[in-house]
Amino acid sequence: MSALASLPTLSDRLLPGGPARDLAGHLELYGPLPPVADDRRDLIRLVEESGLTGRGGAGFPTAVKLRAVARGGRAVVVANGTEGEPASAKDKALMTRNPQLVLDGVLVAADLVGAAEAIVAVSREDRASIDALGSALRERRDAARVRIATPPERFVTGEETALVSWLNGGDAKPAFTPPRPYEAGVRGRPTLVQNVETLANLALVVRNGPAWFRAAGTEAEPGTALVTVSGAVRRPGVVEVALGTTLGDAIDLCGGLATPPQAILGGGYFGSWLPPDLDLPLANEALRPLGGALGARAIAVLPMGVCGVVETARVAGYLAGEGAGQCGPCVFGLRAVAESLALIARREPGAAAALARLPRLGAQIAGRGACAHPDGALGFVRSALQAFAGELDAHLAGRCSATDHRPLLPTPLTTADWR
Amino acid sequence: MSMRLRVNPLRCDAYGHCAELLPELIEVDEWGYPIVLAEPVPQELEAAARRAAGACPRLALLLERAPD
Repeated sequence: MSALASLPTLSDRLLPGGPARDLAGHLELYGPLPPVADDRRDLIRLVEESGLTGRGGAGFPTAVKLRAVARGGRAVVVANGTEGEPASAKDKALMTRNPQLVLDGVLVAADLVGAAEAIVAVSREDRASIDALGSALRERRDAARVRIATPPERFVTGEETALVSWLNGGDAKPAFTPPRPYEAGVRGRPTLVQNVETLANLALVVRNGPAWFRAAGTEAEPGTALVTVSGAVRRPGVVEVALGTTLGDAIDLCGGLATPPQAILGGGYFGSWLPPDLDLPLANEALRPLGGALGARAIAVLPMGVCGVVETARVAGYLAGEGAGQCGPCVFGLRAVAESLALIARREPGAAAALARLPRLGAQIAGRGACAHPDGALGFVRSALQAFAGELDAHLAGRCSATDHRPLLPTPLTTADWR
Repeated sequence: MSMRLRVNPLRCDAYGHCAELLPELIEVDEWGYPIVLAEPVPQELEAAARRAAGACPRLALLLERAPD
């Protein structure tokens, strides 16, 4: 059954390596797409059996979303390739290196939910992905209903209600829910918003079946994942690993550690600082007891010598500035958190009071935004308080243990407007 | 059928009328934005909750059916 049986390992499904393939090369590697439209229900059941979950960060079961949108009728599909998280590059890697597989997934999803219209959303600044998808699209005769849309590049643009708002002619800012996009999205129609990596996996599930899909990964979290590894590794980049692969194995695929690690940021800027345990499996099952989750699977290795408090303060400032500016508790709360952390990072007078203020700020922010932005940022900060407790104490005493003051985590200056 | 209060944070501009009218269920944070203290709304406070929702100049306080 599997067209991929001949591939050497289970972890090169999405990024099979070798030169970029045209449509003919793509079909030779993966085989043709099976017809979908006639047995939608059966195929959605296969997706359910595969255990495929969303690869954009939230990890929602794909079959549940497909079913909900298919129920509505006259649906629209939105492939989310916006990837506004600066620590993540995995969607860009997938879209540039395997655009035809993404388009396969878009078409399968459109057939499964009965959509006559599908939109691939890619950040306006991401020329490489726009070009790769555009070329791939021009090669196909079965994709007349697919178009590429280019929203502004900002952290929150990829939030699904923000994306839908932009596609509907508004600002790329999150909306109050309900309704969620699956109920009323693009032009009020039931809208399936799926991350591009999820869709690429969907194209493989309908080709090869759930048992094949589950041959990689764990029982609870089957399949592979694209992981962005940055920081203190020899070859930072995007690698594909089976879910449940250890952190150390993922790092080895990136050439190994460049210097001894101090901590690991797992899950990007809505993720958590974790102890540098190389035996840690990359699976939410393993991370949840530590208060973490994989999110969109961006991993940054913090080397010894770089101050975790300074890094956290800088990212908190970035996240405070990247809010949509709509919800008071997020606007004022994240700003206050970032200012408190900045005082501590700079070891200024008032640092102790600022640290004491953080729990009270957190309690006033949690759960009070229209979207997950304030809670995501807060989780990141909370994990830092735990992971860098010793360094925080040092800062309150006027010391910082950093020997390397170059910024590690990217905090790009955003200039894009909201349209 | 039990009811709950929910703030639409996109609309709320921290006028604070709701917390004045319904201190039993709403307090404000240090920036003046309302925090709903409990759900569902106790039956004896439902009329007051309705008044508070109606008094919001931004229509940001919603009295709605609590999900089961």
